[in-house]
Amino acid sequence: MRFLARRLGFYLLTAWAAITLNFLIPRLMPGDPVELLVARMKGNVEPEAIDAMRRAFGISDANLWQQYLDYLGNLARGELGRSITFFPTEVSTVIADSLPWTVGLVGVATLISYLIGTSLGVLMAWKRGTWLDGVLPAATFMHAVPYFWVALALVFVFGVTLQWFPVSRAYGLDVMPGMTGEFAASVLYHAALPAITIVIASMADRILGMRNVMVTTLGEDYVVMAEAKGLTSRRVMWAYAARNAILPNITSFALSLGFVVGGSVLTEIVFSYPGIGSMLLKGVENEDFPLMQGIFLVISLAVLVANFLADLAYVVLDPRTRQESE
Amino acid sequence: MKIKIGFGILVFFALMALAGPLLIGADPAATSEDGLQGPSAEHWLGTTQTGQDILTQIVYGARISMGVGVLSAVIANLLAILVGLVGGYFGGAVDEVLSVLTNIFLVLPALPLIIVLAGYLPQRGVGSVAVVIAVTGWAWGARVLRAQTLSVRRRDFVQAARASGEGPLRIIFFEIMPVLLPVIATSFLATVVAAILAEAGLSFLGLADLSTVSWGSMLYFAQNGQALLIGAWWWFIPPGLCIALIGTGLALVNFGIDEIANPRLRTVKVRKART
Repeated sequence: MRFLARRLGFYLLTAWAAITLNFLIPRLMPGDPVELLVARMKGNVEPEAIDAMRRAFGISDANLWQQYLDYLGNLARGELGRSITFFPTEVSTVIADSLPWTVGLVGVATLISYLIGTSLGVLMAWKRGTWLDGVLPAATFMHAVPYFWVALALVFVFGVTLQWFPVSRAYGLDVMPGMTGEFAASVLYHAALPAITIVIASMADRILGMRNVMVTTLGEDYVVMAEAKGLTSRRVMWAYAARNAILPNITSFALSLGFVVGGSVLTEIVFSYPGIGSMLLKGVENEDFPLMQGIFLVISLAVLVANFLADLAYVVLDPRTRQESE
Repeated sequence: MKIKIGFGILVFFALMALAGPLLIGADPAATSEDGLQGPSAEHWLGTTQTGQDILTQIVYGARISMGVGVLSAVIANLLAILVGLVGGYFGGAVDEVLSVLTNIFLVLPALPLIIVLAGYLPQRGVGSVAVVIAVTGWAWGARVLRAQTLSVRRRDFVQAARASGEGPLRIIFFEIMPVLLPVIATSFLATVVAAILAEAGLSFLGLADLSTVSWGSMLYFAQNGQALLIGAWWWFIPPGLCIALIGTGLALVNFGIDEIANPRLRTVKVRKART
């Protein structure tokens, strides 16, 4: 378990770095955020709001070290300050309301995209030289397509022109949120286009990555040996080649998560999906620094947790990481 | 073959960005009476809501989009070279610290960080946007370069240079770096794609300089001008297509280089039919 302990140590360090970065950004960027806000609103800010912001940043007359300690203390109590956009709601409440939408949408979409993309990559490597190679140029193109553009195209075709799917919100205005089948159906219906966007835009990376590793693995002696033994091709393909090829693929998948999350932020905004991405944009547009910072922190920590889950999968798949002694 | 197609695409867009505005000559922001017209002989790609010619905007936008992409890729790669080569060469505590720093920046989600940083910028000019993108985009290159430096520094010519009394900085930048130029080139191309995408995303959110025409800001105005609801497909299709095509060109060149290094990846006709 030394592998996991080492990774956990790294994630704790990274979490601390993200937290500290979050503390330093407002202090290092040119200009005082509070004065910036007051200037942009031409003085139309309530004194409570200014006060709330100073508190949120922990900006006081104390020295930097003391401010940092105060900030860490607030954080430990889950206090992220008050949002300016939704004053006087706490930032943590805003995040708690929007986070489930994002986790549900991005989580499911990423899982689907990973399963389809990786399987396609395996198949394409296996059937190299057949019509499946035709997917390669398409995947190369899709790999560079911006998420939000895919979203716009889907909205245009399936939302506006064909009117098959709704193009904004997370559930219909006619249903009451609750544990009813009607509500669940509405949520799924509204999540369809955003989820398809994320699947399409993030799948190409998985296809190309898995294909390349798989092709290299197929040249290994143990694969030739397995074939020579007369094992069924399905067994050789999945249990011998793919099982080994998937290890580097998981690593690159974990590293691409940050990118997927970035794309999902843009996707949410196109669909006015009430997740954390839309809130981030609201925060930036309204100079709502506490909200921006809180959301950045939560997104970073979520990506770290996802990375740790990927590491767990790695441990399950690769027996070498489970050895006690190295 | 892949490299040729890729280069073809890149040369096309480079010429468009450099010479295009001179050929067209019109002002991309100039409005006219004919708003929201589909593609026609007069306006090849149609017009926006305020009657701006979309082809003109695409051609001028190439300058900003590609300019920001290249500029921030240059900055990001300078950082990557510095961190990767110095860490890889010196090893020990220096390497530990730089590696952890690299890995941290690799894991942190870039776009949310870019959005937050852009939120704090007093003015969001082309230069500051490029810097912000670069600050979040150097880690991948640094990681690759560090790994390569580790393998190069044991080679004889580096040992020889050290024995002949060359200083560490001289060895890093004049002995090791030239050997790594192909790696630097690949990582540079990949960074350009990421930076163009990041700039487009930032402009699309309206967080970059909206007074200049870029492909991202075109999409911002298309979205805000309800182009989708009106059915003005010619307004939002071209900018996204250009971004994706440039990305495809850069990726093709990169994949081509990969295939030269790893011949197994090539798509040859396999004679032996697997059943």
